[in-house]
Amino acid sequence: MSELTGLTLKAAIEGLKSRAFSSEELTRAHSQAVEAARPLNAYVLETPDHALAMARASDGRIARGEGGPLEGVPLGIKDLFCTRGFRTTAGSKILEDFTPTYESTVTSNLWRDGAVMLGKLNLDEFAMGSSNETSAFGPVTNPWRARESNQQLTPGGSSGGSAAAVAADLCLAATATDTGGSIRQPAAFTGTVGIKPTYGRCSRWGIVAFASSLDQAGPIAKTVEDAAILLRSMAGHDPKDSTSLPAEVPDFPSFVGKPVKGLKVGIPREYRVEGMPEEIEKLWQSGIAWLKDAGCEIVEVSLPHTRYALPAYYIVAPAEASSNLARYDGMRYGLRVDGKNLTDVYEETRGHGFGEEVKRRILIGTYVLSAGYYDAYYLRAQKVRRKIADDFDQAFQKVDALLTPTAPSAAFALGDRTADPVAMYLNDVFTVTVNLAGLPGVSVPAGLDSKGLPLGLQLIGRALDEGTLFSLAGAVEKAAAFKSKPERWWA
Amino acid sequence: MAIDAATVRRVARLARIRESNDRLEPLAKELSSILGWIEQLNEVDVEGVEPMTSAVHARLPMREDEVTDGGDAEAILANAPAKADGFFVVPKVVE
Repeated sequence: MSELTGLTLKAAIEGLKSRAFSSEELTRAHSQAVEAARPLNAYVLETPDHALAMARASDGRIARGEGGPLEGVPLGIKDLFCTRGFRTTAGSKILEDFTPTYESTVTSNLWRDGAVMLGKLNLDEFAMGSSNETSAFGPVTNPWRARESNQQLTPGGSSGGSAAAVAADLCLAATATDTGGSIRQPAAFTGTVGIKPTYGRCSRWGIVAFASSLDQAGPIAKTVEDAAILLRSMAGHDPKDSTSLPAEVPDFPSFVGKPVKGLKVGIPREYRVEGMPEEIEKLWQSGIAWLKDAGCEIVEVSLPHTRYALPAYYIVAPAEASSNLARYDGMRYGLRVDGKNLTDVYEETRGHGFGEEVKRRILIGTYVLSAGYYDAYYLRAQKVRRKIADDFDQAFQKVDALLTPTAPSAAFALGDRTADPVAMYLNDVFTVTVNLAGLPGVSVPAGLDSKGLPLGLQLIGRALDEGTLFSLAGAVEKAAAFKSKPERWWA
Repeated sequence: MAIDAATVRRVARLARIRESNDRLEPLAKELSSILGWIEQLNEVDVEGVEPMTSAVHARLPMREDEVTDGGDAEAILANAPAKADGFFVVPKVVE
């Protein structure tokens, strides 16, 4: 049934509407593909029976001429979104047996619109990582491999399961989240499209919190149009999240294919970093040429505080994480490890329940917030964050969007960068600025490197201007004509 | 700034995370290296800059002060490691 799993989301929606196939057939084909792809470790929970029940209900609605914009399409859900009655782990041992009694707003929106859940997707523990290697359930393997190599590569992180599942046709599209690049970097590493919308576009209610002022949900999909279709359903104001924006959700798919003639696209000179492979620089130049051909005006711009974004992020994010993760105390839910007294129970529970990277970040966060250091670290980082956001404000007075590479390298080997935390953090050098400023950013697959691995280009837009990003991303996608798929070595 | 093993022990205690003694030195090295890298923020002139505390330019909304949720003790207790008679069971705190 590989014809059905090979469909785009858009084609599947049309096929279901015209009754070319049923949701049950489409869902079965995907559940079989998920089972056959277990070596990739993309799913941490498969829910084929639930999926089938949802698919049959969808088929009933389609037969009656009813149904929402996602009626009957099987999706994968990052295991950071709480799903009622289905285990939600955040990739952590501390939530190994946690079954929410409520549904996240984003997934509620998807079920409202008719989507079918195939299962829960692997991720870095609490979304803290850039290679999916911090997951308590083991890393996801990238479906892509370098030419003539059996080496296992990372799909990126933290949404590694989402990106791998979409690239390997294990779902039509997937939900993901992005705190410092966790949608866009895995999308770039797997030849998929990922958009982190404006902070506040999607409700954070029911998403396991990492760094609340940076976390934002978004889709990973096979095409720009598919990403627009899924984001339209995920987004929307939610009174249960006080930072959710009371803004209308535009008809995102209608922006894909719109002419981009006359749009001004900025090229930030500070994104030319030392040690970046020449191939990525070349791809960036191709992107510039494609947008010029499509009628865009290319303008060089400066974002002078770019290099300070990562160090500022590694104060702000761990500080917020240390506060958010204080809730895992072994009392109300999650793991409890017994001890001699209450403090002992807390310490044993958290010592055993959290993995190394999560503990490291909680310790950094606790340190920078502790008495005597708050001003030197946290307050200073918040001021630098303001300067980074101001850089963007100034650039957007001259241009409509920015074009950059998504990541400074292609997918690297599993195990390659686990020894040095700072080397791992540098993965997010081009993506993290966008989270700090709260802006939308999209990664589009733009080509293969000399080893045959996908590379992505990133477009950054003004707050709430995802529409322009979808138009530009569509233009890049069309010009790049990226049609490559990984070989199915796992099945 | 270099962090020593004693500081790691103190911070781990503040964070209520048990770290074994043999992890303190390696952690001190890792955290020192991360914080050393973060030090470059000192190059930025932040004089008179308003700290950015939120990514959105919106005021926090207010709502009516009324009960909108609750009365679902069973759901709240569903994932409790220990429970009895509609309560969480926790370790003894008062002697």
